[in-house]
Amino acid sequence: MNQLIVPGRRGFLSGTARLSAVAVALLAGKEALAAGHAAAQADSKDVDILNVALGLEWEGINAYTLGAQSGLLQKPVLDTAVRFQADHKEHADTLAGAIRKMGGKPVEAKSLADYAKALKADTLKTQADVLNLAVRLELGATNAYLGVIPAFKSPALAQVAARLAADEVMHWTILNSALGRPLPAGGMPFGA
Amino acid sequence: MKKSLPWACAVVLAAQASFSFGADAARGKQLYESRCIGCHSIEDNRAGPAHKGVFGRKAGMAKGFDYSPAVKSSRLIWNERTLDRWLANPEATIPGNKMGFAVPDALDRADLIEYLRTAK
Repeated sequence: MNQLIVPGRRGFLSGTARLSAVAVALLAGKEALAAGHAAAQADSKDVDILNVALGLEWEGINAYTLGAQSGLLQKPVLDTAVRFQADHKEHADTLAGAIRKMGGKPVEAKSLADYAKALKADTLKTQADVLNLAVRLELGATNAYLGVIPAFKSPALAQVAARLAADEVMHWTILNSALGRPLPAGGMPFGA
Repeated sequence: MKKSLPWACAVVLAAQASFSFGADAARGKQLYESRCIGCHSIEDNRAGPAHKGVFGRKAGMAKGFDYSPAVKSSRLIWNERTLDRWLANPEATIPGNKMGFAVPDALDRADLIEYLRTAK
């Protein structure tokens, strides 16, 4: 249960480089959609999808806060949870920045108490309970990102969604392993 | 052969009368927990609205959820047919809504809808 892969400093540095690439892709997507009424409508729909995604990221960030504050997570699980939360913060910053560049207004996070209620934080009694919640949310986010890819009008944003899904899969895989569960049987288990 | 024709028609009509014919709520629950749980739950509003009591409810009426103007002004009542249309193509069903997620497979939709029917 405690044997998690703890990312090192090099991983954080590569994460920063990843953000820059995402930001470039988002900017490219915006420019490609800049002209005409149809493009504006496409932007509006894409902004709506990005805002739903941002809502998911806020939920993920707050779920990891609830887990960290529960006192149930022990090292190195706690360190990994904090690292995953940092990933979600990076996702949220990227999505909020893209929404603003496209003329939209990013949704704001709800209160921690609201997330605690919706996620039934009062039922978390063990480290495994916290990990199970995190696994469920990471899987949900993965499938949500994969599911909205066809709806994006901007190919650049679709690519960003795919990259965000890949991050969620990375989280899911490590958490699933920490719970001692086997890998899914067969290929393409996500998005199905 | 001629005598059996009315019976065949009756079977076809009965099947058409209900979208839930043969639908599997247990499989629908599995699909819900895989595909929908990222944004929705039965009991609580999350990125998407809570689904408890969705069947028979007017669109845009989950208590406390911040709907798009498009969904709020919609006159849809959620039933087998409207949910099937919505899940197949949300944007075509209510243009301007916020949901970018579709369920292209008709059998998947039928099973999900059968599960949502139980969410009372």
